[in-house]
Amino acid sequence: MKAGKLFIWIFVGALVIIWTAPTLGLLVSSFRSEDAILNSGWWTAFARPFASGQWTLGNYERVILADNMGNAFLNSLLVTIPSTVIPITIAAFAAYAIAWMDFPGRHLIFILIVSLLIVPLQMALIPVLRLYTGLRLNGTFLGIWLAHTGFGLPLATYLLYGYIATSISGEIIESAHTDGATPWITFTRLVLPLATPVVASFAIFQFLWVWNDLLVALVFLGTKAELALVTTRLAELVGSRGQDWHVLTSGAFVTIVMPLAVFFALQRYFVRGLMAGSVKG
Amino acid sequence: MRARPALCALPAMSEGTRPERTALPALLRAAGLFTAVAALLFLAFLFMRDSRAPKALIAVIALIIGIGGVWGLFYAGNGVIEALPRRLREAARPWLFVGPAILILCIYIVFPAVRTIWISFFDRTSQVFVGLANYAYIITDPEMLLVLRNTLLWVLLVPFFSVVLGLLIAVLIDRLGRVVERVIKALIFLPMAISFVGASVIWRFVYYFQPAGYDQVGLLNAIFTALGGEPQAWLTQIPWNAIGIPWINNLFLIFIMIWLQTGFAMVILSAAVKGVPQELLEAARIDGAGEIRVFFRITIPRIRATVLTVSTTILFLVLKVFDVVFVMTSGNFDTDVVASRMYAEAFRFFDFGRGSALAVLLFIIVVPFMMRTVRRMRRESA
Repeated sequence: MKAGKLFIWIFVGALVIIWTAPTLGLLVSSFRSEDAILNSGWWTAFARPFASGQWTLGNYERVILADNMGNAFLNSLLVTIPSTVIPITIAAFAAYAIAWMDFPGRHLIFILIVSLLIVPLQMALIPVLRLYTGLRLNGTFLGIWLAHTGFGLPLATYLLYGYIATSISGEIIESAHTDGATPWITFTRLVLPLATPVVASFAIFQFLWVWNDLLVALVFLGTKAELALVTTRLAELVGSRGQDWHVLTSGAFVTIVMPLAVFFALQRYFVRGLMAGSVKG
Repeated sequence: MRARPALCALPAMSEGTRPERTALPALLRAAGLFTAVAALLFLAFLFMRDSRAPKALIAVIALIIGIGGVWGLFYAGNGVIEALPRRLREAARPWLFVGPAILILCIYIVFPAVRTIWISFFDRTSQVFVGLANYAYIITDPEMLLVLRNTLLWVLLVPFFSVVLGLLIAVLIDRLGRVVERVIKALIFLPMAISFVGASVIWRFVYYFQPAGYDQVGLLNAIFTALGGEPQAWLTQIPWNAIGIPWINNLFLIFIMIWLQTGFAMVILSAAVKGVPQELLEAARIDGAGEIRVFFRITIPRIRATVLTVSTTILFLVLKVFDVVFVMTSGNFDTDVVASRMYAEAFRFFDFGRGSALAVLLFIIVVPFMMRTVRRMRRESA
């Protein structure tokens, strides 16, 4: 059994190194000077950590200011926050109606919404782009908010419905109505607060999905510097400055610092959110 | 779906507790408010799109209308509904709640999907009907066959290795104590947070190549040369590469995806493994079965359904991911896959016929697997 345990440690240890070393290399390199990055491997920095002129914050200064990554970071926030709030709001209203209101066709509507989970994003891009060209919605925040809303809505409605229909008891809602609360009041004051766990899970998933998205941003926003997001900006830098590792490493770190912060701050919800979102179409 | 008590069809209580408000002025006021909100949002949109205002001002307006706009519309819409006569009010209210979702889904998924199928039967500018020519091109053109072969490699290798590695880690770290388990799990899961673009840059740096004679600063070449090899340009290796392994550059791209997805497989499979009853495992051990035998005879059959679900989930994701290829090679050096080719055809070469046909192909591949998932989800929510 002793040999077995040793083998486990070696195997798991090797995997952990493979799984963390590349990211560590990126982080370390992003603080090294251009010369140092190109002339010695990042792992040698640990051997002589105090060598003069090796460490610098200049990469970040340059990528954030001169290479517009700071502006891209702001744009990413401006795209991601509404693209998370809008689908949750619309889906929550829809989920509440399907779960607790009586109207013709509600079963059919639910089945339709769940079925839409199977449609890959790619199926929608070309027609929506044409529509946007006609409406001059191309390259606007509103355009990309609504696009992410549309693509995220089936999952959001499915998740919220599952929670609102089963985890909130009919008696609570009924008693609210008896007390004279309108459906609007019941929904905003009672149902939404009770649905916080599932809203949080979906919000984290959608936030990360939109923040990390490249495809939708490329198609609907393009790569113009003033509208670029962190992902499109980074992809652009890879294309134009593929050898400038001092720019690429710090640029990449700017793009992943937000999801990493979410990961470390909200680890449990983060895992739950990603699990919930794993069925996204 | 269970039949629900039709709460909103029981408005009797509202008659007793709430005075009727059907007065015309109230309705007009509510409609006016709704129009005002909509007009205000439209003006804000025009301002954001067309003005040259300072970035900070645009940012503030974007956040206000992005977050508040949708709530403003719902609120004002509800005002109109509340001002209607009772019968009309109760009939219209569900549609205020569910209508926006239906409208958006139609505009962004239903109509575009139908339209994409339609466009796939037309030429590059969607002017001339070409029948199945775009599909014939996909399954006969040599370059496209390469794309299909690569896609097959991706969808076979990524789910397989992610699940195998995830399962191995899940089973092994189960024996290393709680704290160690949590730390290792977090480290393996961490890449899930990173965007495909970010991961691509991370691994481009690992695969980075400088000609022989220079210091190799890419991790892989550093190790490879330290072991006595010649430095290799891993990503541009075509079949007749120096090492002699076919498609090796594809494998380097595929590994990035395995690196990203193993954590996902691990977390789900770990929960499944912990769900296998201890008594069952103990009984087998008492009967003299070794750990490996216990694993294959007891654990694996118990978690089969989960393994299948995780594999298909990863498979869908892999089919649709275009970012890795796009960033690493732009599809050059025989590394293109269907998703990245779809982007290139539609948005770089502007051949909307072929682009649409490739999108439809993705859809066709996904449908049979996804049917199973949707059936399962419907069962769960029933």
